[in-house]
Amino acid sequence: MNREKKATDFSSPVFLLLLLLLWQLGAMKLSAAYILPTPLQILQRSWELREVLLTVHLPATMKVTLIGLAISLVLGVSLALLMDLSPFWHRTLYPLVVASQTIPTTTIAPLFVLWFGYGIWSKVTVSVLFTFFPIAITLCDGLRSARTEMLELLITYGATPFELYTKVKLPCALPYFFSAVKMAVPMSIIGAAIGEWLGAQSGLGYFSRRMMTQLDGAGVFAPVILLSLVAMASVGLVSLVEKRMVRWRGES
Amino acid sequence: MKALEFREVSCRYPGQRENLVEKLSFSIEPGSFHCIIGASGCGKSTLFRMICGLLTPVSGTILRDGAPLSEIERACGYMPQRDMLFPWRTVGENLALPLEVGSALPKAERNARIEEALADVGLAGLADRMPEELSGGMRQRAAFARTMLTGSSLLLLDEPFSALDALTRVSMQEWLLEQWLRHRMTILFITHDVEEALFLSTSVLAVGSTPICSLTEIPVPLPDRRRRSDLVRPELTRLKEGLMGMLRGQVPA
Repeated sequence: MNREKKATDFSSPVFLLLLLLLWQLGAMKLSAAYILPTPLQILQRSWELREVLLTVHLPATMKVTLIGLAISLVLGVSLALLMDLSPFWHRTLYPLVVASQTIPTTTIAPLFVLWFGYGIWSKVTVSVLFTFFPIAITLCDGLRSARTEMLELLITYGATPFELYTKVKLPCALPYFFSAVKMAVPMSIIGAAIGEWLGAQSGLGYFSRRMMTQLDGAGVFAPVILLSLVAMASVGLVSLVEKRMVRWRGES
Repeated sequence: MKALEFREVSCRYPGQRENLVEKLSFSIEPGSFHCIIGASGCGKSTLFRMICGLLTPVSGTILRDGAPLSEIERACGYMPQRDMLFPWRTVGENLALPLEVGSALPKAERNARIEEALADVGLAGLADRMPEELSGGMRQRAAFARTMLTGSSLLLLDEPFSALDALTRVSMQEWLLEQWLRHRMTILFITHDVEEALFLSTSVLAVGSTPICSLTEIPVPLPDRRRRSDLVRPELTRLKEGLMGMLRGQVPA
């Protein structure tokens, strides 16, 4: 595993640099910054816009993201527990939850603006819809991954149903939970940005759209870059917590 | 008083129509070591599942130390086929499992008993290792120590050595015999290895047919403290041949 990691450490940034170089040259040749700004122009514009981006729009987006993520976690974990506890609810809900994944949330998102207005809640709804289902499904699968033999062994020791959860099911589901969160964090940021893009008074998605109307190509990209950076940093943070908490992952 | 007694016990798995065990009666004495032997899939493990309460008989009674199984609430010393050490717990934390559920033992006392149990199976000082760091034989010994910590005087060992390589298996058999001689618990040991059964048990309980309606008790003419070389005695060779013939008769060709 280590060797593989070393190889990617070199190849991936080099490849990224090459792509950026290609972009830079292509955009310079095209010379139409309002459609395709060069990476350097984007960097420069980001620097110019740093104050309004970091103090107004980033906090607005993060607020939506965090609220959305919190709601998704509570809902997702509850639904996963419900489906694991009751075969009836598993039979009833699981197919629906999976089917709901096929709904293109983005296309119905404008409705939320109509329902919840331009305030924070229409964005939170989009963000929750993006992340709630993957969390519920992944966690439910995690709880079900607990080996029957392990559960039975604890039953022979006289364990209560609650102890079966705390000692077998939850530890088995913990790696799944972190996978779900790592998936959900960037998705909730994307969800928030899409929500803002459709209608808002602040936020990085809103800002990007405003720059679009002003034909400021680099200004469109600046908040997008910031969003990616924040998403990457958040996933990194979750991975760090995961490393501390999960001592075991996968088979055996 | 018998350590374990079956009285006309019948059972089947939910959703099945035919009984897997049919009016089975047998009993075992405290402090004895019995191997239950039978062809694969004949329902040996089902007997264990009933004794430790994972499966309820449709009729008949099972008594442990004279009391019906349904009336006693006690941990049972069941060791499943695979070691089932929880991979996210250290060896010591794994041994703590039977002490954590049900009765809440103070932590200091718990740790003392875990250290003692580990030392007893020759794994002293390995409490902080993860199970994956141990060899197959060591894992089985850790699982055995965990089973001992249930405090049950009756141990149900379900083919515990079947996944080990031949050499480890032989030394684990000798080790288990040593443990039994030292602690004198009642052991029921499932196996399909005739040689293993003869080497370990006071008497072999052979499953004659499916559904299981009787267990044929075959005493092993050896002292409790025995050596592997005893197995080549002519009477044991004959016994082994006889058992093999019986088991092969059950396997549909």
